[in-house]
Amino acid sequence: MQNFTPRKFYHPYVSPFDPCPPMTVKSYETPPHLYMTFQPYGLPQFSPQEALCAGTLWPALYDPYYSPYKKHERQDDQ
Amino acid sequence: MHKQLPKEFYPLMQELQAVDFVLLELTLYLDTHPNDQEAIQQFNQCVQVSKQLKQQVEQIYGPLQQYGNSFSGYPWNWNDGPWPWQI
Amino acid sequence: MWIYEKKLQYPVKVSQCNPMLAKFLVEQYGGADGELAAALRYLNQRYTIPDKVIGLLTDIGTEEFAHLEMIATMIYKLTKDATPEQMKQAGLGDHYAVHDKALHYHDASGVPWTAAYIQAKGDPIADLYEDIAAEEKARATYQWLIDMSDDPDINDSLRFLREREIVHSLRFREAVEILKEEQGKKQFY
Repeated sequence: MQNFTPRKFYHPYVSPFDPCPPMTVKSYETPPHLYMTFQPYGLPQFSPQEALCAGTLWPALYDPYYSPYKKHERQDDQ
Repeated sequence: MHKQLPKEFYPLMQELQAVDFVLLELTLYLDTHPNDQEAIQQFNQCVQVSKQLKQQVEQIYGPLQQYGNSFSGYPWNWNDGPWPWQI
Repeated sequence: MWIYEKKLQYPVKVSQCNPMLAKFLVEQYGGADGELAAALRYLNQRYTIPDKVIGLLTDIGTEEFAHLEMIATMIYKLTKDATPEQMKQAGLGDHYAVHDKALHYHDASGVPWTAAYIQAKGDPIADLYEDIAAEEKARATYQWLIDMSDDPDINDSLRFLREREIVHSLRFREAVEILKEEQGKKQFY
């Protein structure tokens, strides 16, 4: 349903002289509010309990953060 | 000994936290969308639900607010623990 | 005036005694982009901003105090039963020497909170842009804290707080739109 991705990736330059093993892919977050200048009326809502757990009343703004360094956290958590 | 809260306190408190969270979200939303009539209707309905839940929570936990926003038992029970960060 | 409510905004849970995590979390207590800075920033800016957005600054500023209490709860629970030895091992020996387990408004490195962290320019757009930036910086801090924490219950609360930064940022962006459109126009949306 979302027409954007909440996480973007890029590839930093790797020098043969870098001291640590390279992290070839880095990521940064682009949460939903960046794509919504002004919230429209009447967006679908979570139930009160779901909203409290999510931290927002509107699924369109829901963007739970899971560490990109801990690949299994998301599955473990749910 | 410190007062321990009965088991039924926790789901009831969470229900109140959930309704009050909806009220908070709608408050911020209405601050920038003052003409959304549907949201205002929902807000006013939630106020009713929140008031009822607060009464139920206070029967178990004691006053949630003071300065006269809640009634007091005898003796003065505002000081009674546990406080929110201790629960 | 303000009225305290004897309840947390969100049911904070902590899985294990972990003073090292408390040392990091205190960044959001008394750090530059922490909840104290946020609350004081918004509640101070509201005196010199157009009436249309005073309510928003008041309400978000007030919510930040609820977040401050959540962070305090996490720090309190993470350190409550730690021995002086555990505090020392967690890098909190210098904190313990001064404060025992007491919370104090400083950042993760122990630097005390200062009003120099916040600004009030009296220019509504400058102030709201600062507020948007502050929300994004706090969001980033929550991300880095989640990256370092292995406590699933703490991460649950941190995820809640991060989501709140997103909603606040959107509301401040809407406030900018409201002030933009109001100039010489009568209607918007």
